[in-house]
Amino acid sequence: MSGFFDIPSDLQHSWAGLIGLHLREALIPVAAGLLLALPVAQLCGRFRRLYPPVLGLTTVLYAIPSLAFFVVLIDYTGQTELTVMIPLALYSLVVLIPAIVDGVRSVPDETLAAATAMGLGPVRRYTQVQLPIAAPAIIAGLRVATASSISLVSVGALIGNQGALGNLLAAAQKYDRPELAVNAVLTMAVLAILCDVLLVLLRVLLTPWMPRGARSGTKSGARPGRFEEAEVKAL
Amino acid sequence: MIRIESVTKRYPDGTMAVDRLSLEIPDRSITVLVGPSGCGKTTTLRMINRMVEPTEGTILLDGADIQRQPVTTLRRSMGYVIQNAGLFQHRTVVDNIATVPRMLGWGRQRARERAAELMERVGLDTALAKRYPYQLSGGQQQRVGVARALAADPPVLLMDEPFSAVDPVVRKGLQDELLRIQEELGKTIVFVTHDIDEAVKLGTMVAVLREGGRLAQYAPPAELLSDPADAFVEDFLGADRGIRGLSFLSTTALELTTDPVIPPDATAERIGAADAAHLLVTDGEGRPLGWSEPRRLTAGDIRPDRLLPYGRPFVPGVDSLRVALDCAVLSPTGWAVAVDDAGRVRGVVSQQTIGDAIRTAHQDGRTAHQDGRAGDEKVLG
Ligand SMILES: Nc1ncnc2c1ncn2[C@@H]1O[C@H](COP(=O)(O)OP(=O)(O)OP(=O)(O)O)[C@@H](O)[C@H]1O
Ligand SMILES: [Mg+2]
Repeated sequence: MSGFFDIPSDLQHSWAGLIGLHLREALIPVAAGLLLALPVAQLCGRFRRLYPPVLGLTTVLYAIPSLAFFVVLIDYTGQTELTVMIPLALYSLVVLIPAIVDGVRSVPDETLAAATAMGLGPVRRYTQVQLPIAAPAIIAGLRVATASSISLVSVGALIGNQGALGNLLAAAQKYDRPELAVNAVLTMAVLAILCDVLLVLLRVLLTPWMPRGARSGTKSGARPGRFEEAEVKAL
Repeated sequence: MIRIESVTKRYPDGTMAVDRLSLEIPDRSITVLVGPSGCGKTTTLRMINRMVEPTEGTILLDGADIQRQPVTTLRRSMGYVIQNAGLFQHRTVVDNIATVPRMLGWGRQRARERAAELMERVGLDTALAKRYPYQLSGGQQQRVGVARALAADPPVLLMDEPFSAVDPVVRKGLQDELLRIQEELGKTIVFVTHDIDEAVKLGTMVAVLREGGRLAQYAPPAELLSDPADAFVEDFLGADRGIRGLSFLSTTALELTTDPVIPPDATAERIGAADAAHLLVTDGEGRPLGWSEPRRLTAGDIRPDRLLPYGRPFVPGVDSLRVALDCAVLSPTGWAVAVDDAGRVRGVVSQQTIGDAIRTAHQDGRTAHQDGRAGDEKVLG
């Protein structure tokens, strides 16, 4: 009988290799999503009328099943990781954009007025005042986006074994080895928790200025509803 | 000098916030803009540092149109303090204060030294330097706000209701501190408040604005209190403007008498000789102990615990007539006790005499008011 960590050779990776692959496929989209969300959120903050349609658009994107994305993307990017990562990056926008917009809006008017009155131009105001104060909200958004991304990577199994740990689920069926499915689910859960812990640590490091006890960071961005949605989607 | 010349601000939605306002703001003094909510005080203040651009009119700083220089340069030459301080919550106290110096390219070390120096100047313990704003009281935050505004030593300080969010005791402390700082640094301060008492206390000149952003009166506080321009100003000043106006009258010329003042070892003859309903007994050094009717005093056996309290004394030439009157009103005998700096009795004065002094002062006319900034730790421009 083969062991818990014996990965069928057709997956072409060891267990550790699958973990590395999984993290890469999950985290690069979140980072890309953040890079895209920052300027979009800035525009939404500037031009308030832009925000509702942008939110609507991200929700629509989120509602498109990944399979549909794959069908379209496969013509351009083939059966590659990229095909998996592009929809994941787009999905992350649905939490990241509101997290950043709300975070930036949470900067008190007085603080902004003071910054303007001191002669800080728009760029300095954004980088030195708004972004640092929005950091807790942004990280709260990142936590949701990361957890959901880690579970969503699995669907990559649908296109030629690009689902990293998710491929184990298919292999479990194929080889009738249920322990591989358990392995996949547990490993993903542990990865999600570890990433979450790291993000919480990052927030603590970045925000020595927050009153203790008020650090739960649930003020904006991290909408519990969206988290559940993400989990449902992963199924 | 800042000259506001016929400035009008109409917001895009049609709100007339400021209507053809003209003001000359003298250098090195505190000019207060006061008026009811929505009368355009903040708008006026923000036009001075161009956070709001006027619809019409010009503002001159030392003779030059403020439109002619880069807006960031203009703003860095003007400190700005607002309600709730508007501190950067993500920066420590020193880093908050050092913001503008750092932006002006000062080295970290020099900026921090400057910040520490300013903390002392505004009465903040330098042990608070590494704290974050959430770890400070409202009054301390406000002091940091003032220190931050002063950091690059700007000649002009714009203050928008800076002390309105703290309790009265802290507010008084902050006001006194501001007067002291102003005396030391001689900044040109434009101070916005809706509190007329604060305006009268701090202002060298006070501009009263009315709804619609029109100027109702521009005058020194004493003149404002004695000669309100119209019913609006009078109403705004409140019911006791007469009493408050006494803050600007000096007690130097007040006639004191030492007749009812007796030492603790007074003889029976001395007690009998005094022609007064009450006598003020002092201790051996001449400090007041309390009042007593002459018939209740036994020479050689004066018991301090049997005396009536003498209330609060005033210092002639330092305290205003308002303080003297207050002392007389609070005194159980109707007489106010005048003391010197060391607390020794210089004499006593009756409500009657104070009343006469007030009438004389009023007869002497408004000219006396205008330079008569007696009492209160006032700062002249
Ligand atoms: N950005 C704006 N757009 C439109 N109207 C404005 C704007 N800012 C202020 N106003 C209006 O202009 C008028 C003057 O406002 P301002 O803030 O100068 O009053 P204020 O005297 O400072 O009042 P307060 O004592 O309440 O602070 C008010 O009627 C206000 O509603
Ligand atoms: Mg205002």
